[in-house]
Amino acid sequence: MLRFKNHIFPGSLEEAYELNQKRSNKIVGGNGWLRLGSKQCVSIIDLSNLGLDGIEEKDDEFIIGAMTTLRELELNKGFNEYTGGAAKEAVRHIVGVQFRNCVTLGGSIYGRFGFSDVLTLFLALDSYVEMYKGGVIPISEFAKMKYDNDILVNIRVKKADIKTVYTSFRNQSTDFPVLTCAISLGSNIKTAIGARPARADVVEGEIPKDMEKYAIETAKSFTYGSNIRGSAEYREQIAYVLIKRSLSKLI
Amino acid sequence: MEIKLWINGKLINDDVSPDTPLLEYLRSKGCYSVKRGCETSNCGLCTVWLEDKPTLSCTVPLMRANNKHITTLEGLKSDAEELGGFLADEGADQCGFCNPGFLMNVLAMAKELEDPTEDEINEYLTGNLCRCTGYTGQLRAVKKYLEHKRKGG
Ligand SMILES: Cc1cc2nc3c(=O)[nH]c(=O)nc-3n(C[C@H](O)[C@H](O)[C@H](O)COP(=O)(O)OP(=O)(O)OC[C@H]3O[C@@H](n4cnc5c(N)ncnc54)[C@H](O)[C@@H]3O)c2cc1C
Ligand code: FES
Ligand code: FES
Repeated sequence: MLRFKNHIFPGSLEEAYELNQKRSNKIVGGNGWLRLGSKQCVSIIDLSNLGLDGIEEKDDEFIIGAMTTLRELELNKGFNEYTGGAAKEAVRHIVGVQFRNCVTLGGSIYGRFGFSDVLTLFLALDSYVEMYKGGVIPISEFAKMKYDNDILVNIRVKKADIKTVYTSFRNQSTDFPVLTCAISLGSNIKTAIGARPARADVVEGEIPKDMEKYAIETAKSFTYGSNIRGSAEYREQIAYVLIKRSLSKLI
Repeated sequence: MEIKLWINGKLINDDVSPDTPLLEYLRSKGCYSVKRGCETSNCGLCTVWLEDKPTLSCTVPLMRANNKHITTLEGLKSDAEELGGFLADEGADQCGFCNPGFLMNVLAMAKELEDPTEDEINEYLTGNLCRCTGYTGQLRAVKKYLEHKRKGG
C-alpha cells in the first residue's frame, strides 16, 4: 500500500509541477490505482483546489478537467449526447458507482493502463491531452509516450459531425475488460482497440464499403497478448466481433 | 495535519496523520459500521457518503474530507433499520458482512434515482459484492423498499 508523509494542496499548477519534479512526490488523482502501489512517498500532490473538476462545453469543443470523476463523465448530458451515450457505456462497467465517484479522468488517461476503457473511448474521438509544460498533444501520440513528471491538466475533445459507439467484453461483470472497442464515424472512420492487453491504439481510414472485410482486416491490424483473461487469438476474434457489432449500430 | 470535518453532523477538529485512509479514521471515531472487505477498491463494503455522494472510504485519502460532511450508517439509523427490515423479510442476508456498504449504497440510490428500473438498480448496486447470496433476495428487498417509499412510507 502507498505510504506518504504529507498531503499537499498546491495553490497553482506551477507549484504542483515544481513539487512533482521530485521523484519522492506523486500527483494523486482519485487514488484508486496509486494506493495499490507499494511506493513510499514524501508527499502526495493534490490538484483538488485548482478548479480542474468539470466538463465545459464550448461551440467547437469539450474541455474536461483532469480531476473530473468517471461518474461525472458518465452522467454529463452534453458529452453523452455528443458521443451518443458512448461515454457512459465506456465507464459504467468500471467497478461501481462509489468507485467512479472517486477516480478521475486525469488519473485514467495519465495512467495509460493496458486495460483502459477510458483511453479507448478518447482515442476514437478527436481528443487532445493538455499537459502543463508539454502543451496540447493528440491523444494518439500521448498514448505512446513514456511516463514523465508533467501534469495532465485537461482533455480537449474537438466537436465534429460524428457518430460514436463503444463496446467492451468482460468475462465477469465489473472485472477488467478482455477487450475494448470504440469506433467513430464521420468523414472517415476511427477504430480504437484496447485491453489487448496493452495500451489502446487507434487506426483511421476511409469509410469502407465492405463491412465484413473491414472488421476482419482491422481486427488483424492490431497486436494482441495473452493473460489470465484470454489468449491473443481469442482477443483477435473478440475484436472482430466487437468491430462488426459496432459497425452494424453505426451504419 | 489539522483537519476539520463533520461526521454524521458532528463537527470534529483534529490533528491527523495524512496517510490514514478515511475508513480507518472513521472507525477510530467509533463508526464501526464502516468495514474493510478488500484491499483493492473492489467490494463496496466501506461505502460512506462524502457530501452525500457514495464513495469508497478505503480509497479516499483522509485530507480529502477536510471541510466536508461524512455520513455513515450510524448517522442513518432509522433509514437503515427500515431497509434492513425489508432485507430480513426476504431472507436476503446470510453472514450479513456485506450489509453496511450495501445499505449505504441503496439509500444513496434511493435519493439519486427516481423510480429506477431493475436494470438501473442492478447497475447502481453492482459495486457491492456479496459472497454468500445470489443477489436475488437483495433485489426483491430493494424493489419492495422502493415501492414502499414511493407510496409515502
Ligand atoms: C480495482 C480496480 C478496477 C479497475 N477497473 C477498471 C476497468 O475495468 N476499466 C478501466 O478503464 N479502468 C479500471 N480501473 C482504473 C480506474 O478506472 C482509474 O483509471 C485508476 O484508478 C486511475 O485513476 P485515479 O483517478 O484513481 O488516479 P490515481 O490512482 O490517483 O493516479 C494514477 C496515476 O496517474 C498519476 N496522475 C493522476 N492524475 C494525474 C494528473 N492530473 N497529471 C499527471 N499524473 C497524474 C498518478 O501520479 C498515478 O501515477 C480500475 C482500477 C481499480 C483499482
Ligand atoms: S474495502 Fe473493499 S472497496 Fe473499500
Ligand atoms: S451475506 Fe455474506 S457477504 Fe453478503
